[in-house]
Amino acid sequence: MKEHETLEQRLQEQGISRRSFLKFCAAMATMMALPPSSASAIAATLAKVKRPSVIWLSFQECTGCTESLTRSHSPTLESMIFDMVSLDYHHTLQAASGFAAEQAREDAMKEFHGQYLLLVDGSIPIKDGGVYSTIAGRTNLDMLLEAAQGAAAIVAVGSCAAFGGLPNAQPNPTGAVAVSDLIKNKPIINISGCPPIPAVITGVLAHYLTFGALPALDDQGRPKAFYGETIHDRCYRRPFYDQGKFAKTFDDEGARNGWCLYELGCKGPTTHNACATTKWNGGTSFPIESGHGCIGCSEPKFWDAGSFYAPLPAPTADVSSAAKAAAVIGAVAAVAVGAIDRGKKTQAQQSREKLTVDDLKGE
Amino acid sequence: MEQELLLWVRGTGLQIAAAVFVFGMVYRMLHLLMLGRKMSLAAPRGSEWSGGLRTMWKRSFVSTKLSARGNFTVIAGFIFHIGFFITLFFLSQHIELFRAVLSLHWPAMPRGVIDISAVLAIGAMVALLVHRFVDPVKRLLSDYQDYLTWALSFLPLLTGFMLLREIGFEYITLLTLHIASVELLLVVAPFTKLAHMFSTFISRWYNGAVNGFKGINI
Ligand code: SF4
Ligand code: SF4
Repeated sequence: MKEHETLEQRLQEQGISRRSFLKFCAAMATMMALPPSSASAIAATLAKVKRPSVIWLSFQECTGCTESLTRSHSPTLESMIFDMVSLDYHHTLQAASGFAAEQAREDAMKEFHGQYLLLVDGSIPIKDGGVYSTIAGRTNLDMLLEAAQGAAAIVAVGSCAAFGGLPNAQPNPTGAVAVSDLIKNKPIINISGCPPIPAVITGVLAHYLTFGALPALDDQGRPKAFYGETIHDRCYRRPFYDQGKFAKTFDDEGARNGWCLYELGCKGPTTHNACATTKWNGGTSFPIESGHGCIGCSEPKFWDAGSFYAPLPAPTADVSSAAKAAAVIGAVAAVAVGAIDRGKKTQAQQSREKLTVDDLKGE
Repeated sequence: MEQELLLWVRGTGLQIAAAVFVFGMVYRMLHLLMLGRKMSLAAPRGSEWSGGLRTMWKRSFVSTKLSARGNFTVIAGFIFHIGFFITLFFLSQHIELFRAVLSLHWPAMPRGVIDISAVLAIGAMVALLVHRFVDPVKRLLSDYQDYLTWALSFLPLLTGFMLLREIGFEYITLLTLHIASVELLLVVAPFTKLAHMFSTFISRWYNGAVNGFKGINI
C-alpha cells in the first residue's frame, strides 16, 4: 500500500477549487469557535497533512449515521470528510466485498498500526459472548478489541457507539454497550446523535488533522465546541419559553405562532447538541424549526426517558399506581394501629383499680 | 450520569417519594381522626359544625388584633404560603406534572405573576428565618425540626426559581436538584410538622367545634 497523498493533492484530483477549500476551513473555524483568522492557518496545515488511514466499523446499527453523512449533496462540508481521510474499510461504502473487504481491513491495520483512526458506528452486543452481531463470522466484540489495539484514536459516531443507543434501551436483550464501556486505553471521542450532525464529524476530523490531537471534550466525551450548549440555550423559540407561551397541540394557535414546544415534549433544555446553530441539511433548518420538539437524541439513555411527546415534568414511571397502593396500605395500617390503641384504652379502663374508702382509711 | 440521575428522579425516585408521602399522610390523618375525642356529657350550648366551619374559614385570613411581633410572623407567614401555593399550582410546568399524574389540569398563571409570587415566598421565608434567630422567644421555642422543615420547604422554592431563570448551573442539573428537593420534602413531610398541610384544617375544625359546643362565638 502506497503512502497516502496530501489533502491538497486529493482536492486537485477531485477538481475542488482552492476557494471552496478555504470556505470550508473558514466554516470549520467558525463551528469550532476559533477566531476567524485561524482559517488560513487551518487551511495551510490541512493542505499539507497526509490523509490518515481510517477504518470504519459498523456494528449493531441502522446505517442511519452513514446515511446522514452520505445523503448530503456535494460539494458540501460533509462530503469533505471523504477527501480528508483515506477510507480503507467501510463495509457499506467500499466496493470490495467478502474476503477482499476483510483483507483490506487487515492490510490497513497492519500497515498503519498505531496511526489509523478507528471510526465506529453502532453498539456492541456482549451478552452470550457477543453472538448477536457478527461480521464474516467474527463477533463485533472481537473485531473491536482487535482493531482498537492499533488505533491512534477512536471516534464513536452516533449515539449507539457513544452511549449504547437504541440496542441498549430497556430491556437490552443483546447486552449492547458503548465503545467506551469496552476500550479504556485509547483516546475516544463521542460524536453522539441519532444520527449525529455530519458537519460535526467533519469538524472533529478537521480539528484532529490540524492540531494532531482530539479537541476538548465534555464529561460525556463529546467535543465541547459542538456539545457545549443545549438546544434550549440557542433555540430561537426561547423567548416564548421565558414568557410561558407554549403550544398545547401541534396544530393550535400557539403552534402556528411558533411558540415553545416544551409541553409537546421538547427535550431541548436537557440536550447538548449543535442543531440550533449548525443545523441540518446543509444549514437549512433543525427539527424545532419544523414544529417538532427535540427528542434528546444526543444524550445517553434517551430511549428510556419516557415518551418523546411527554413533557419534561411528566414522570417516567407509573406514579399514580404507586400512590394508590400506598394509600390503601396507609389506610389499613391506620385502622389496625387505631384498633390496637382502642383495645389498649379499654383494657386500661377496665383494669383500673377503684379507690375505696377502706383504702383511704388504711393508713 | 446526569441523564441517568434525572431519569431516576423522574421515575423510581418519584414513585418512592409519592408512595411514602401518600402512605404517611393517609396513615397519620386517619390515625389522628381515629383517636377521636371523649364524648362530652354536658348539654351543648351551640352547634359544633357551625363553630368548626367558622373557625376554619376565619383563620384563613390575617387577623389584625395581634402584637407587632405576632403581626410580622402572621403576615410573613401568609405571604409565604400564598406565594408557595401560587407557584406550586399555577406554574405551567407544574400543571403538566399534575396533568400527567392526576389527569387533571387547569389554566396557568402568567409568568410574571409566578415570578413575583416566588420572589415574595422566598423573601418571606428568609425574613422568617432571620426573625427566628433574632427574636429571643422564638429562638428559645425552636428546635431542630423547625430548621429542618424550613430548609426542606425552602430548597424546592430556591432551586425552582433558579431553574426558571437558569441561574448558576445547567438546566439539567437544576431540574434534577429541584425534583430531588421536592422528593425529599414529600418523604419527610408526613412525619414532621409539615404534616400540617393536611392536619391544619382538621385541627381548626376541632378548635372551632369545641368552642361552638360551649356556645363561644369566636
Ligand atoms: S422549543 Fe424546546 S428548545 Fe426551544 S425553547 Fe422551547 S423547550 Fe427550549
Ligand atoms: S433537535 Fe434534538 S433530537 Fe433533533 S437531532 Fe438535534 S439533538 Fe437530536
